[in-house]
Amino acid sequence: MELLGLYHYWVFAVLLMIGFYAVIAKPNLFKKLIGLSIFQSAVFLLYITMDKVEGGTAPILQDGVSDVLYSNPLPQVLILTAIVVGIATAALGLGIVVRIKEEYGSIEEDEIQEIDRQ
Amino acid sequence: MTILFGVFLLTLLVITALAIVRTSHLFSAVILTSIFSLLMAANFFLLDAADVALTEAAIGAGISTVLFLGALALTAEHERTTHVLRLLPLSVVAVTTLIMIYATFDKPRFGDPEAPVHQHVAPWYIEKTPEYIDIPNVVTAVLGSFRGYDTFGEVFVVFTAGIGVMFLFSARPGNRKDSQRQATAEPGQGLRHYLVPRVVGRLLIPFILLFGLYVQFHGEYGPGGGFQAGAIVAAAIILYALLEGETQALRVLPLRALSVLVAGGALLYGGVGVAGILLGSNFLDYSVLAADPIAGQHLGLLLIEAGVGITVTGVLLSIFHAFAARGRV
Repeated sequence: MELLGLYHYWVFAVLLMIGFYAVIAKPNLFKKLIGLSIFQSAVFLLYITMDKVEGGTAPILQDGVSDVLYSNPLPQVLILTAIVVGIATAALGLGIVVRIKEEYGSIEEDEIQEIDRQ
Repeated sequence: MTILFGVFLLTLLVITALAIVRTSHLFSAVILTSIFSLLMAANFFLLDAADVALTEAAIGAGISTVLFLGALALTAEHERTTHVLRLLPLSVVAVTTLIMIYATFDKPRFGDPEAPVHQHVAPWYIEKTPEYIDIPNVVTAVLGSFRGYDTFGEVFVVFTAGIGVMFLFSARPGNRKDSQRQATAEPGQGLRHYLVPRVVGRLLIPFILLFGLYVQFHGEYGPGGGFQAGAIVAAAIILYALLEGETQALRVLPLRALSVLVAGGALLYGGVGVAGILLGSNFLDYSVLAADPIAGQHLGLLLIEAGVGITVTGVLLSIFHAFAARGRV
């Protein structure tokens, strides 16, 4: 159990950095946005990992049952809305990428900078 | 058993993420992202977050894949491959990963009921929800009522993003031979001439819509609510648009109706808040909406969840149509 908990956090760290690598190292704007969404998912994983209570269940109350342990509902509330906001902002980013493609004819960062320098 | 399953899913997540970053074929990257979201949703479910798992499956694996593919159709399918090894980003990433892994050894034990995160206000919410709101799903109670103000803000973020996409695409494309493209452009035919998608899709759409409505109105009692339902209903209509062609989908639900949905849902949410003020209480206090405070809470939750669902459906469909229409210009 101990090791599994640590494994969750390690996967969070690795996923976060895989996403971050795509954002800083890939010249393709589309790939950067995909990287950003991996980065975002990693943060979701961190929050949801923290909500788990050992032996707990989903925070939906049951009638007539006492001494049930519920997991923490608060991180879930935060992340639920964050997912929807995440897709809305990703769509905005995609819109900007499409407009850049229309104006510059490219979505590679270095080519766009080259055109700007001319 | 659950532990093994968790380890398996997490390992698959890392492999998928690596594949997404490594592939230069952007179409594969998008499909892999969809798989990544599905794995993430399964993982959330294992961690007792049923509501979040439902949202991630509907949005991450469904809608976001469609939007990314829509944008991909308007840009380039291949990433230009460079064989330069980028040492600086790699080393930054490696060092940061190691620091974060080092930090995890100080985290509270996984699932520890004594962890600080479970000590603050969370027990209060679980204990007081039956008393103040009297619905089983604590997540919905916190989302809609206790912290309704925050959710109001989130709805407006979604609303603003939708407006932003529409503004971005209101400009005409610049360096394009417009007349030539318009001559060759054909109205979207969809997949009508393929038998299998047509038959299966037609069968599925009513059930997806029904499931969306169930998730919307059962959100107080089980996993679900406006955000998830909005995404599911939007997915059903997007499926219809893919099958029958975008023109036909716009005939069923025209853009004008969509903008009414986008603004109407947000206004409904705000309206419920203002109604609270007019009835002599605070903004978004639902207790005064009915004679009995509990009944008022139920009514308020029903209305604001409906507002959230309407706005999310409207925004997601408007964004989808904005991308699809751009492809035909």
